[in-house]
Amino acid sequence: MPLNVLTSFPVDQIRQDFPILQSRLAGDRPLVYLDTAATSQKPRVVIAKLVEALEQYNSNVHRGIHQLGDRMTTEMESAREKVQRFLGASEPEEIVFTSGTTMSLNLVAYGYGRKVLRPGDEILLNEMEHHANIVPWQMAAQATGAVLKFLPLTQEGRLDLSRLDEFLTRRTRILAVTAMSNVLGTINPIAELARRAHDVGATVVVDAAQSVPHLPCNVVAEGVDFLAFSGHKLYGPTGIGVLYGRRELLEMMDPFLGGGHMIREVFRERATWADPPAKFEAGTAAFVEAVGLGTAVDYVRQLGLESIAAYEHQLLEYGMQVLSQITGLRIYGPDADHKGAILSFTVDGVHPHDLSDLLDREGVAVRAGHHCTMPLHDLWQLTATARASFAFYNTFEEIDVLGEAIRKARRVFRLPV
Amino acid sequence: MSDELGDIYDEHILDHFETPYHKGSCPGATCSHCDRNPICGDQITLQLRLDGDRVQEAFFDGKGCAISQAAASILCEHVEGKSLAELNSLQAKDMLKLLQVPLTPSRQKCGLLGFKVLKTILYSLDKPNPASGSPSPVPGSAVPS
Repeated sequence: MPLNVLTSFPVDQIRQDFPILQSRLAGDRPLVYLDTAATSQKPRVVIAKLVEALEQYNSNVHRGIHQLGDRMTTEMESAREKVQRFLGASEPEEIVFTSGTTMSLNLVAYGYGRKVLRPGDEILLNEMEHHANIVPWQMAAQATGAVLKFLPLTQEGRLDLSRLDEFLTRRTRILAVTAMSNVLGTINPIAELARRAHDVGATVVVDAAQSVPHLPCNVVAEGVDFLAFSGHKLYGPTGIGVLYGRRELLEMMDPFLGGGHMIREVFRERATWADPPAKFEAGTAAFVEAVGLGTAVDYVRQLGLESIAAYEHQLLEYGMQVLSQITGLRIYGPDADHKGAILSFTVDGVHPHDLSDLLDREGVAVRAGHHCTMPLHDLWQLTATARASFAFYNTFEEIDVLGEAIRKARRVFRLPV
Repeated sequence: MSDELGDIYDEHILDHFETPYHKGSCPGATCSHCDRNPICGDQITLQLRLDGDRVQEAFFDGKGCAISQAAASILCEHVEGKSLAELNSLQAKDMLKLLQVPLTPSRQKCGLLGFKVLKTILYSLDKPNPASGSPSPVPGSAVPS
């Protein structure tokens, strides 16, 4: 641990909240989990809440006129309100439960994009987007005759805002952008982008899968129209996610899936829609997972996103310091002041998959590959990168283990360290 | 580095990775195929020069992890001089045995990429494509070159 890093963040105590962090891997090595950007680990309170829901009041929501059904419905709607407050949304009806970020973005692209896009309209993307914020727009563009545009990136992997006026014009109908790149960690200036987009009449869709667990968010203050995130990256369960949409936008949107719960009345030949959010929640919701997400939101709020962000920033700076001392290692993305706690890198002479395999032998879990960002990897002519991503439960000592494991991998490949 | 997970980066693999056998273009190749693993992006092109039903020369090119590249090198060494009948009977487990290291299921995909490309070539030779004779460099198409 570096002497110059002083933190009052109670990481040792927090680690006790996460059962998996106590586990031992092969060779009795402690788990060094540096893959939170792929999925986060779960605190005991979230796991306990899922067990509680399943053991004590499992019953379908919005259906049963009985005690269990009432309890589960109350719990799920309370989770919706927790998410609403967490995002700073005006009302709980603006929170749609989905299966995750991908489903949320597809819902916007289908229900809103296909409704408003006309031939020649432009959708402004950029090459740091995850496939989940590119492919649904490609599909919407194909269906409507709209055109995809890509705002260029700077050399260090930030949006080139000096060229925004050239790309964000009166023709732009939708600006879809990530709040934090899942590869570069780049934090994008959402409030500024939203203001500029609204100036030309465009709607802003934010992929917040990486930002919501790590940075404070307020959809009203930032002027966001739509925002998507996943429960499993926010220390909550898989299979549950959120789409925030401004009420008037959700009201004018078409539903994506038809079925139970999303209707007001159904006749033989036609049906009318329920109000949002029910209009977008056809079928049985992942209600147990929604309840668990509510508890995850409580957990994160109790730690405080400001404290989380400050501590994770220290981890990031230390990680950059440790990795930059390794021969042949190159980190991608902007400087620490413009990124979240995500470090993607390559090591000369060791392919990312081999690196990931060798790190795993030391108990260090990282991700290797293109991280669902093939356009970004193509742009920078990379076939793959290794990615270490941090959370508030990581320690400086774990970053030392990462650094030593990378050096060891270079030695295995008979390279100088 | 040697522990109960097994040492997959042994000298045999690293030697083939660092100094591959027949990496490059095959002079007078009679058939070739290219494929990539969509999950990790590893890529292998295999080129064979057949004389009758026997492989005279085998070359590969590609990019990717040490396992995928070393395995392709080992494969090229192995197939030269073999008849098509012998190669048709070559199975995935034989290929994994040639590597001499234990691979987890996720790394078997790397170790078997070149083998998969070879099998695609063999299938296309077995069932001649009416379009054969118009070579295509497109990954995913197996045609005589």
